[in-house]
Amino acid sequence: MPCLLEAKGLTRLFGAVVAASNIDVEIERDTVVGLIGGNGAGKTTFINLVTGYLKPTSGSIRFEGLDITSLAPRQVTRLGICRSFQIPQVFGSLTAYGNLLVGTGIAGRAARGSARPGGAKSASAEEAAEEMLARFRLTAHRNALAGVLPEGVRKLLDIAMALVVKPKILLLDEPTSGVSAEEKFAIMDLVMQAVRSAGVTVLFVEHDMEIIKKYSQRIIAFSEGRVIADGLPQAVLGNADVRRLVVGEPAAGAT
Amino acid sequence: MRALDRTEKVSALLLAVLLGGGVLLPQWALFLVTVSLAKGLVVLGLLLLMRTGLVTFGQGFYYCLGAYAAGTLGQLLHVSDVAVMLLAAVAVSAAAASVVGLLLASYRGIFFSMLSLAVSMILYGLLVKSSALGSTDGFNIAIATIAGVPLAAGARRPVVFVLAATLAAASCMGLHRFLGSHQGRLAPAVRDNELRVEYMGASVRSVVFVNNLIAAVLTGAAGALTAMVVGHIDPELAYWTTSGEFVFVAILGGTASVLAPFLASLLFELLRSFAYEYSPNAWQMVVGATMLLVIMFLPDGLWAIFRPRLKRA
Repeated sequence: MPCLLEAKGLTRLFGAVVAASNIDVEIERDTVVGLIGGNGAGKTTFINLVTGYLKPTSGSIRFEGLDITSLAPRQVTRLGICRSFQIPQVFGSLTAYGNLLVGTGIAGRAARGSARPGGAKSASAEEAAEEMLARFRLTAHRNALAGVLPEGVRKLLDIAMALVVKPKILLLDEPTSGVSAEEKFAIMDLVMQAVRSAGVTVLFVEHDMEIIKKYSQRIIAFSEGRVIADGLPQAVLGNADVRRLVVGEPAAGAT
Repeated sequence: MRALDRTEKVSALLLAVLLGGGVLLPQWALFLVTVSLAKGLVVLGLLLLMRTGLVTFGQGFYYCLGAYAAGTLGQLLHVSDVAVMLLAAVAVSAAAASVVGLLLASYRGIFFSMLSLAVSMILYGLLVKSSALGSTDGFNIAIATIAGVPLAAGARRPVVFVLAATLAAASCMGLHRFLGSHQGRLAPAVRDNELRVEYMGASVRSVVFVNNLIAAVLTGAAGALTAMVVGHIDPELAYWTTSGEFVFVAILGGTASVLAPFLASLLFELLRSFAYEYSPNAWQMVVGATMLLVIMFLPDGLWAIFRPRLKRA
């Protein structure tokens, strides 16, 4: 059985800037992988490449053995790769419930289209949206317009919207950015519980090393578009290059 | 089948009132209401596009196409059946939207507006040059039968009125249901955040294409109804001021309810008729001032007047 997600020799240039340089990454099923790296290391570029938002200059991406290198975000999403955003991307004029209902509606239609011709499951889009609200403890905000929700809640809603279309792998782009330090662990607990109980593989980008240590089974470290370390958390966080380039010690002036 | 909700009940009730009250209306009022209903259908299509985040200044294209599809049947093929003319209008506008929509679906904002305007002006230009279709004068349209049944001379206007009222009510209910469906809910989603819609696995292009097609069909049918009730068509139907008037009425009514376009359309026709009657040289000023007042005091359109009352109920 091929591994879930496999990037080979992934390279992306923006003019003279190398945003991704010959990246080789394999993600196994049912793992939680943390992605670290300083600003401009290529973490978000990697997510944008995998989800088809950016086309690689060279290299290939396979998902469940299938070549997805040239697919658009919509097609990649349908195959089971979903993402959340660093800055929440919600439907501001719809309620929190309405936002999720858009997703369950799309997912329900896709399921009907591929599997059963009957409309037996069509009534459950509403239930699925309610259930997702409850799972992310958003029920209190059910009827509030997403555009006026507080940032932390929008962040949760954004992740719920990615999960509601039933992905096989979820790419979380800085799930705790813009969230206060006290709330970070509570939000990550909630997110990880929701995601893992759905049996979804996770790749998450994070700057907070405490969060990374607590939630990842494996860490990949990026610097200047290259993978500089990949392995078990202790090993990667102990790596001299990672300590110097990513964690920012003992070198001075690093972010 | 689920039970009818409030909007659908109100639509059915209004249809009953229209059909019952229609017999009491004098000829001029029957004509005015029929035209309002037909134009309301166009504005209903605009409501769907506006909910998708799109404004078009080119609905005159489908309006004129529908009218000419209906009229040309009589002119060239001597068909004068109401049902056939209406179906022809719907078919032609749907076919045109299937082609033009492929191009339009790639554009948003001012580019969508201007491109749709350009398409309508091309049709205007073509019709002005077509002497077989009467050039700028257009031609007259006669109706004689409905689905093969001959109509008495006095029954023609009432028949078009009944048809317009029925189509308006059915379209209200249909579009209301559509907007509440999973496909329909994608309209505001596309308006709010296209990127997210794609990242949830739906095609923004197809949402824009389908909604434009629905609007075109409503508009084409409205064109045929207008042609039949007025009895005459000319290229002005595709001129940009016609399209602009539809946008005017759409803003007048607001996009909150599928009933708003018909309320606004009726008020607009009344306003224009009376303004024209009392100040034939300054009626545009009256209409313009009304628009100014609506934008200043009712930015969500006339329908906002009903909002608080409905919430309390």
